[in-house]
Amino acid sequence: MLNNEYVPFLSEIKEVIKHTAMEYTFRMAYEGDIRPGQFFEVSIPKYGEAPISVSGIGEGTVDLTIRKVGAVTNEVFEKYAGDKLFMRGPYGNGFDYDDYRGKELVVVAGGTGVSPVRGVVDHFASCPDETQGLTLIAGFKSPHDMLFRDDFPRWEKTSNIILTVDADDENTGMKVGLVTEYIPGLELDAVEDAAAIVVGPPVMMRFAVKALLDRGFREENIWVSQERKMCCGLGKCGHCKVGDTYICLDGPVFNYTKGKFLID
Amino acid sequence: MGYILSPEAADRLIASLADDCLVFAPKRFVGGAVFSDLDCIRYGEVKTAGEIVFDQKSDYSFKEILTPVCQALFYFTEDQIKEADAPEKGAVVFLRSCDLHAVKRLDDIYLNNGEEDYYYRRLRDRVKFVVMGCSEAFDSCFCVDMGTNVPEGYNMSMEPAEGGFAIDCRDAELDELLGSLADRECDVEPSHVEETKTRVKIPEGLTQDVMRSKIWDEYDGRCIACGRCNFVCPTCTCYTMQDLFYTENGRVGERRRVQASCMVDGFTDVAGGGSYRKKNGERMRFKTLHKALDYKQRFGYQMCVGCGRCDDVCPEYISFSRILNRLGDMMEEVNTDAE
Repeated sequence: MLNNEYVPFLSEIKEVIKHTAMEYTFRMAYEGDIRPGQFFEVSIPKYGEAPISVSGIGEGTVDLTIRKVGAVTNEVFEKYAGDKLFMRGPYGNGFDYDDYRGKELVVVAGGTGVSPVRGVVDHFASCPDETQGLTLIAGFKSPHDMLFRDDFPRWEKTSNIILTVDADDENTGMKVGLVTEYIPGLELDAVEDAAAIVVGPPVMMRFAVKALLDRGFREENIWVSQERKMCCGLGKCGHCKVGDTYICLDGPVFNYTKGKFLID
Repeated sequence: MGYILSPEAADRLIASLADDCLVFAPKRFVGGAVFSDLDCIRYGEVKTAGEIVFDQKSDYSFKEILTPVCQALFYFTEDQIKEADAPEKGAVVFLRSCDLHAVKRLDDIYLNNGEEDYYYRRLRDRVKFVVMGCSEAFDSCFCVDMGTNVPEGYNMSMEPAEGGFAIDCRDAELDELLGSLADRECDVEPSHVEETKTRVKIPEGLTQDVMRSKIWDEYDGRCIACGRCNFVCPTCTCYTMQDLFYTENGRVGERRRVQASCMVDGFTDVAGGGSYRKKNGERMRFKTLHKALDYKQRFGYQMCVGCGRCDDVCPEYISFSRILNRLGDMMEEVNTDAE
């Protein structure tokens, strides 16, 4: 019998973690293999489906960090622990830990772009022996907009964490500036072998990759994760097609040697 | 096996096919065109051979039979989901060689690009194709240059001949039926064209660099992003998901998919306000390169089948075959700029 991929399953909300007024993490019940960087189609009947990337993987759970910006996500924010959401997935390739093992790893992430890489950072921060050192450069608009604020102190114990905001409007003393400003000064033992991951808004990704290349990173050692409209997640609906690539099937994570040819 | 059928026998053939399945063919909808007093030739159910329009190109393709304009996927009732029923009957589809070649493109997207599409598969398995031979090409056709002029893999062919119809049958089930209806048996090969008035040449060395050409900007002004070219195209397959709830009971509804167009606003919009390809020229470029480059890179053969319907339907008289022919100039332009 052919599998009907379009029919979603119900999953219970185990916990809701509030980061900002606009961004919550929904910890959903899920048993199965998942990679960070993959995504689920989350739906609420009547409001539709939205692709949401995996921001954490636990025992029998998957974290979905959702920004309240559209018809579906507005409705998701009306849900509480104990309620249920429809989901299907996981879809996409996700990040492969093997690409980064044994290397110096730099992760550059902006805003909600931190969600898809959170699993990668969490993994390598918990297993510091697996890399030659992990640096996270995370940028948010303001201290108010910070996601995963409880994770940073834990990651700092093993890794080099650079946290920056566009504007410190509350005088918290946080670093102010764009993520790209911290790339030229990165201290690395062997930049030609170092790996980097870049996720965030399109403009940020463009300039962060440029800064990494200027710093001496090789194209084949840089990975990016792309965001597009996706209706199916199955390579059929066509919304996420860029050139000969379907972001949902072939991505959303791309090595930059391929990613640089993705022009909309 | 080849047969000659009288018009009456052909009517009986269609009628007996229609006993077990839906027979779809191009038919005339009087006054059905977008402009007044003009007819529309599009697909509909037929019960007699006389209803089938052989001497004109259909304005719309057969694709709605396999990828309906609007298709219910499942129904919601509180926490329950009920999958939409498959159609009770299979279908027999009359189509020309270009459209038959388009079926291969639909198959590759829906069955071979990632996992098989459940809803497409269950329709596809129950469809038989009857190819309508083309004795000459219509003005905008360019099937020969796209390599789709010779029909392949049909169940049966049918075209007007000797005051009746000539049929080539490759299907055992249909053969049985035809044996009892035919005036006589003879060798029949469906007609196909060897030349077209419209000629198209896609340059050999076409690459993604052609995106940088300034010629695309012309279409910012000329194209009105209505999407008709996508909706008439037999190879366009994009769709959008839609949830619909019944006004009488807001707790019950359905999820469906509807055909979508990469030329129309909103196609790339992501939550939060982001969108890609805002200019119409960029959309024209995206569509053109999908048909002439991207698809070939992914699947190994050209997507466009040269049916010319997009040229016929465009309200701005933009010719897609002309755009394909300009790709050579565009490549030259970007190569010169690069030097």
